[in-house]
Amino acid sequence: MITKMTITNIHVLDQDSAYDFYVNKLGFKLVDDIPMGPDTRWLTVSPPEQPDLQLVLFPVKVSKMFPQETADMLITLIKQGVFGCGVLTCKDIFATYEELKTKGVEFMKPPTKEFYGTEALFKDDSGNYFSLQSIDNFSHENDI
Amino acid sequence: MSNTGKNIEDKTMVVPEYPRVYLYIRIVQAKLFIDNHYADEIDLENIADEAYFSRFHFIRLFKSAYGKTPHQYLKSVRIEKAEQLLKEGKTVAEACFSVGFQSLTTFSGLFKKIVGESPSSYAARHKEMKKQISEKPLAFVPSCYAYQHGWLEK
Repeated sequence: MITKMTITNIHVLDQDSAYDFYVNKLGFKLVDDIPMGPDTRWLTVSPPEQPDLQLVLFPVKVSKMFPQETADMLITLIKQGVFGCGVLTCKDIFATYEELKTKGVEFMKPPTKEFYGTEALFKDDSGNYFSLQSIDNFSHENDI
Repeated sequence: MSNTGKNIEDKTMVVPEYPRVYLYIRIVQAKLFIDNHYADEIDLENIADEAYFSRFHFIRLFKSAYGKTPHQYLKSVRIEKAEQLLKEGKTVAEACFSVGFQSLTTFSGLFKKIVGESPSSYAARHKEMKKQISEKPLAFVPSCYAYQHGWLEK
């Protein structure tokens, strides 16, 4: 019986830049950073409060299993913003939105009340996009 | 999510003026100040002053946004940075004083409370893991990824 997802991947165009984006901007925790050759690393990060889920920042690089044509196609699609990589949850979407904007994260949609909650959309440094949702939605209206 | 891009274009891009945006901006600035100056002697009264809040109001708003008081948050940032330094091979004393603690005893007690093990045990465990990684890096990579990268061909 399968119980959990523990490792999944995000295809990125540049691992150094992805490290900076996910660790320094989003605040993810670095799990593994293992050199696997001259210009490739096994690089994984976890959301700050979810240590049992690792995201592999997987570089699009040509290899025997990943021919040039496939790599070029994938790079084009990532840059075009074709891939939505998932939903990230935060305690307070407005505070998180302001912080990420201050750090230069590009938002395609500001926090907006939807029928399923309050949601914003942003892109990572490669072009992958994420939905950002707040677990509390507008519950802080009376606090702030 | 594949249609999201199109949906966004279809919607009128009106930036919603969510409640009291200026308060959020001040709280975020205070949080970023802690992130950038955690190693210094931070006077949280000053942070409240710079955010134009009374201390009580500031703490309440900060906690509502981050789930921790500014003081709790500062401690958690310091411990997290200490974890990084220990992983990099710094000694417990170096990690302790580099992140802004004045006392090794306070640091060690807090580290154990937050991380679940003593800093020396944490450092030793990571040193051993680093050794194993350098000897057999592929042992730490799931086969599906190693295969896709072509690392198993060697």
